[in-house]
Amino acid sequence: MDQPKNPLLDTQEADTGKKPTTDQEREPTLGRFSRRSFLAQLGAAGVAATASPLAHATETEAPEKESPPRVPGAVPVTLNINGKEYRVRLEPRVTLLDALRDHLQLFGTKKGCDHGQCGACTVHVNGRRVNSCLSFAIMHQGDKITTIEGLAQNGQLSPVQQAFLDHDGFQCGYCTPGQIMSATALLHEPIGPDDNAVRAAMSGNICRCGAYNNIVAAVQQARARKTA
Amino acid sequence: MQVFRYSQAHTVDAAVQNAARSGGAFIAGGTTLVDLMKLNVLQPQSVVDINGLPLDRIETLPNGGLRIGALVRNSDLASNQTVQQQYAVLSQALLSGASPQLRNMATTGGNLLQKTRCYYYRDTNYPCNKRQPGSGCAALDGFNRIHAVLGGSDHCVATHPSDMAVAMMALEATIHTRGSKGERTIALDEFYLVPGSTPDRENLLLPGELITHVTLPALASGTRSVYLKLRDRAQYEFALASSAVVINVSGGAVQRARIAFGGVGTKPWRSREAENALEGQPATSETFHRAAEAAMAGAKPLKYNAFKIELAKRALIRTLTETTQSA
Repeated sequence: MDQPKNPLLDTQEADTGKKPTTDQEREPTLGRFSRRSFLAQLGAAGVAATASPLAHATETEAPEKESPPRVPGAVPVTLNINGKEYRVRLEPRVTLLDALRDHLQLFGTKKGCDHGQCGACTVHVNGRRVNSCLSFAIMHQGDKITTIEGLAQNGQLSPVQQAFLDHDGFQCGYCTPGQIMSATALLHEPIGPDDNAVRAAMSGNICRCGAYNNIVAAVQQARARKTA
Repeated sequence: MQVFRYSQAHTVDAAVQNAARSGGAFIAGGTTLVDLMKLNVLQPQSVVDINGLPLDRIETLPNGGLRIGALVRNSDLASNQTVQQQYAVLSQALLSGASPQLRNMATTGGNLLQKTRCYYYRDTNYPCNKRQPGSGCAALDGFNRIHAVLGGSDHCVATHPSDMAVAMMALEATIHTRGSKGERTIALDEFYLVPGSTPDRENLLLPGELITHVTLPALASGTRSVYLKLRDRAQYEFALASSAVVINVSGGAVQRARIAFGGVGTKPWRSREAENALEGQPATSETFHRAAEAAMAGAKPLKYNAFKIELAKRALIRTLTETTQSA
């Protein structure tokens, strides 16, 4: 949506332009202001300016297909993600993580700490796992980026995804995409065979639910099947 | 995050000129810079992306030393065969730092310039002489458990967080730079500055000057080296105390020793006091204890970090014991 959403404005009301037919008691009040008195103070121009894009939004189910809103300082950026080229306009300060989630509707990659401490945002860049929150998207033109959405092939879960299901390697699931991206990259890294080596190699992915034992079991299953 | 101008450099000269002209920051892995830009601790007006520069190679030098490009990623340096075989302390230090994801991003040059993890430096609500000269130091009377016992001043007691740099100190690395006035070669030992009254000046780099590579001297055959990092967790945590030892023992006596500490100093801390207490002495527990006492003789504890002094001594004694046991 290209207009900031006004929390005091009900889209349905804006859509019809009619005053609510309900009685005074059903009006939500915020501090000294009722919704109605706030709208009155906005004046006709303010309501018109905020109402029309909202009205439009309620009629459109899919996100707009036309060119995305222009942001000052935004420049054209081409990103190769899961084998597909995406052309967007991004400010240089947009991280790879925010580009994925906020501009490309790839919500599988999660934002946890946003400071490289939790690993929820882990993706692969040219086959190597990295924290997408600590890199600007504009730095990755020409790179091959893989996100959790790119692991399954032809509707088949990847061996690591299947192993996480088999071993119940999650509880709430928020850290899981990052865990699976780390575990997938780990299969090609020089680490020792035992569980402690897996724990060390997975130390950049925090799981607040504490599913660590099952995660280690899932990673070991995926490693065993890879070498089998 | 503040807005900034972004540009990519394809030659070292262009990168240096661009950064010098714009007062810009270089970005490679981004693991420190982006983190601190989000916190508004660093607010460069211009960011010069140097990932396209040809500085990503590890080469053996004709004299047997090693030349490491500034853009070599921590994970690649740690798993390099020559590094693992000849400079084990460096590989161990790298693998003890950060997480695998961060090591895939972080570079050799960037790691040397890592910023402190002092909570007060990272939080713009607090005074900090390093972040804002003259504003004061919140750590001196604050929660200073992670702070330095060596090299501090009334203006700053922040530790340098790098493990890699500690190993490179013990390996007597040399830094090679390119600036608008040409190339420079600086011994790593002289590169870092103690805070004194100017904690915002952390090293000898001039504005726009770029680290291009690091060289390590060849080590005499029979040299052994090890890195030990002590911390609150087994993985993915900064050092409370760490010890890097590079040592030669012959006929039961220490011929040559290079000792550095992490986690306890305001810079990666080379200890000539410990080296002097070791060289020419029998490789015994008594000698190691004397070296540990000498290394920490000048330590000044703060309210919450006195434990680091004992921790660093034991780290050194353990690494010395490990490296001098008959192979």
